[in-house]
Amino acid sequence: MFRTLWVWIGIPLIMIGIVAAMIIYSVNNPTDSIVERMLTYERVFRVIRQHASLLLISMTGATIVGVLGGIMLSRPSLYRAGRVVETIVNIGQTVPSIAILALFYTILGMGFRVAVFALFLYSILPILRNTFAGIDGVDYSIIEAARGMGMHPLRILTKIELPIAFPIIVAGFRTAIVINVGAATLATFIGGGGLGDLIVTGLAVRREMIILNGAALAALSAILLDYLIGKAEERVVKWS
Amino acid sequence: MIKVEGLTKVFPGQTIPAVKDLNLEIKEGDVCVLVGPSGCGKTTTMKMINRLYEPTGGKVYIRGEDHMKIDPIKLRLDIGYVIQEIGLFPHMTIYENIATVPNEKKWPREKTKEKVEELMHLVGLDPEIFQNRYPTALSGGQRQRVGVARAMVSDPPIMLMDEPFGAVDPITRARLQNEFLRIQERMSKTIVFVTHDIDEAIKMSDTIAVMNEGELIQHDTPSDLLSAPADEFVANLVGRHRSIKRLHLIRVHEILKEVDRTEPLTEDAKKEEVEKQLEDSDLRTVIVVDRDNKLKGVIGASDLKRKAGEVAGDYCHEVSDTVTDDATLNDALSVMLECGVGYVAVVNEDEMYQGTITLGDLLNVVREDS
Amino acid sequence: MDQLLRMIVDLLMTLGNGTLLSTQNEARGDLRETIDWIIRRSDRILDLMVEHLWLVLFTLVIAIVVSVIVGIFISYYETLAQPVLGVCQVLMVIPSIAMLAFMVTIFGIGFTSGVVALVLYSLLPIVRNTYTGIRELDPAILESAKGMGMTERRILFKIKLPLARPVIMAGVRTAAVMMIGIAALAAYVGAGGLGELIFQGIGRGHRPMIIAGAIGVSIIAVAFDYILYYGEKRFSVEGRTREGN
Repeated sequence: MFRTLWVWIGIPLIMIGIVAAMIIYSVNNPTDSIVERMLTYERVFRVIRQHASLLLISMTGATIVGVLGGIMLSRPSLYRAGRVVETIVNIGQTVPSIAILALFYTILGMGFRVAVFALFLYSILPILRNTFAGIDGVDYSIIEAARGMGMHPLRILTKIELPIAFPIIVAGFRTAIVINVGAATLATFIGGGGLGDLIVTGLAVRREMIILNGAALAALSAILLDYLIGKAEERVVKWS
Repeated sequence: MIKVEGLTKVFPGQTIPAVKDLNLEIKEGDVCVLVGPSGCGKTTTMKMINRLYEPTGGKVYIRGEDHMKIDPIKLRLDIGYVIQEIGLFPHMTIYENIATVPNEKKWPREKTKEKVEELMHLVGLDPEIFQNRYPTALSGGQRQRVGVARAMVSDPPIMLMDEPFGAVDPITRARLQNEFLRIQERMSKTIVFVTHDIDEAIKMSDTIAVMNEGELIQHDTPSDLLSAPADEFVANLVGRHRSIKRLHLIRVHEILKEVDRTEPLTEDAKKEEVEKQLEDSDLRTVIVVDRDNKLKGVIGASDLKRKAGEVAGDYCHEVSDTVTDDATLNDALSVMLECGVGYVAVVNEDEMYQGTITLGDLLNVVREDS
Repeated sequence: MDQLLRMIVDLLMTLGNGTLLSTQNEARGDLRETIDWIIRRSDRILDLMVEHLWLVLFTLVIAIVVSVIVGIFISYYETLAQPVLGVCQVLMVIPSIAMLAFMVTIFGIGFTSGVVALVLYSLLPIVRNTYTGIRELDPAILESAKGMGMTERRILFKIKLPLARPVIMAGVRTAAVMMIGIAALAAYVGAGGLGELIFQGIGRGHRPMIIAGAIGVSIIAVAFDYILYYGEKRFSVEGRTREGN
């Protein structure tokens, strides 16, 4: 019980506390007037909110589309298409996130929505691939046993295939979220806001204090999410 | 119960049929074993019965009803299905695995629980210990038991078994086979059993259907198959050692009646009695039982010298293995060979001592035959 | 939300037209403009590409040396393995621009910051693969090597590393592909490379420049991925035939 509390609440709170202390210190003790103007609570909260929206919207969309797409591709009738899509996804994932954002900028212009859309498309890839691979990897004898016992195909999907593939889908989700957090900090380059905003501003005005605060927040968001999903991942599988 | 008429299967993109014009009738309560080399179409035939494969031509009648007219899901829910890979669901506990079909049929929870526990007892898995375990925590033999229990839980009148004991070691396999036969004696289901192992076929079956290259060569009882193989292929399949193979056909209790052997001693018999029986016995060994007629151990000549004591119980040592009275003579022979002795003690399900058979008894059986 | 929908429709239409812009005429104009610009500035693009590759290769060499040594080290000192891998995991999770920013506060704007950040990023894949590659070798092989009287040093260089090479190479491949993307960001902290085109392009709203930069980086990444993939295969095939003889 105590261990659970410590893992789920204690450690995250400590991480947040350190960064929060750093921000409070920086806002209250600015090194000069530029920092004072550029680093305010209001601004910090705004970029955090933007960052959270970027993540939440794009990840929700990507999870829904990725999982549904992966399920569809794993159906026998679409299986060949699935293999093709897998290759495309693999190539898509080698394309760097900054290149994706830049290309979407040239197509759709600046702004929060463009950034969300680019992040959404980019995060679909690992989820889609892992859902497909997870279902594809379910031992055929298990499916056959289920079919032979008279389970309905839909029940086989929801009761057998998805639960067995679940750890792999979660791993894909974790990859997607880590990539997404990293890419979300780049959203600022195409006017999407987010935590990258502080870093870029800091670099532009050459004020280490702003850079550090921005970088710390960005790092915190990524490490915290990865940590929590990693811990959740450990609990997902009871059976092996 | 099951009637197959002109059953044919051609897989898409192939010209040679996997199963060609197959006719077969299986009576209610019979175990029909499909046997043949790999690729002979035996598994394909079986999978057409529950429509995992749709037949290209021909009919299958289940209790006189054309099975193409039954909804495949409903059809399969009423046919137990066991495969070699077992296909246990790794993310479900043993209980949940066995409860699969009841859950699909939406049985009330109490009924499911009762049935699952009954089946676990039947296949020799204690529900208390095993029901909440996951398949990865089980041995190969235990998994096979779960697979059989899962197929039988809704009491389907028909069972299809595709090499159900293929994935375990020979000793476990023999044990599972015997258990299966004991269960079958009680449940008398109609069973289609696929194997490539002719010995297993002879041991398990009421009738054997030998297949080759998609065609049925011979469908007969095991002893007819052994005594009158239809052609060279069948003769080769059953092999030259037919008289030894007959050992598979005869159960221990069948010859136990004919064997006349001295009664075992109880554990409180005097030393003199032990010495006397040791002299007389053709085993050069004395069997010792306790007051409940449970096998206690045996006494050899060396035990008498090595140990000290008043009564038989003080001298005896435990036997390393026994056979049950429903085991085949072949099982008895392998136990003898494994333990390196010329006899084996026979016990029943509750480990009551039933008698002893010797290598000589087996030789007599084989000699009578040929 | 409706704007998002419009965007999606827009995108589908453009893709349907097989071009990158909403109307074909504009697209053709844009495409020609881009190609013209690329031809005109091919010298500079090539220079930046070479710079980009140089940054990646230079860093990759350092990263391989450091990571393989760390990987070997933790394969001998089991207790250190989990903490070291944990730290590497955290390093890789940190958003790249944040990592670069940290480096800037330490090393200032320039090449060094880029190189250090890239090395830190590539630690995890290579260290982890070196470690698992060595740990998961068949113990029987190691035992027989030991039994034949090989010293630990020779076992490492003659048995462990050669056998773990495919796994290590897979890690190198992951690291290399990742580095190419991050190297594009490193341009922002003055490390040079194709990223300059992207950032200058965005700064000036110069489309052809952005496209040249983004596509250039993507091509390098995909090409690297393929070259290393086939390199891996080649290596293992070579290893097999040699064993066969």
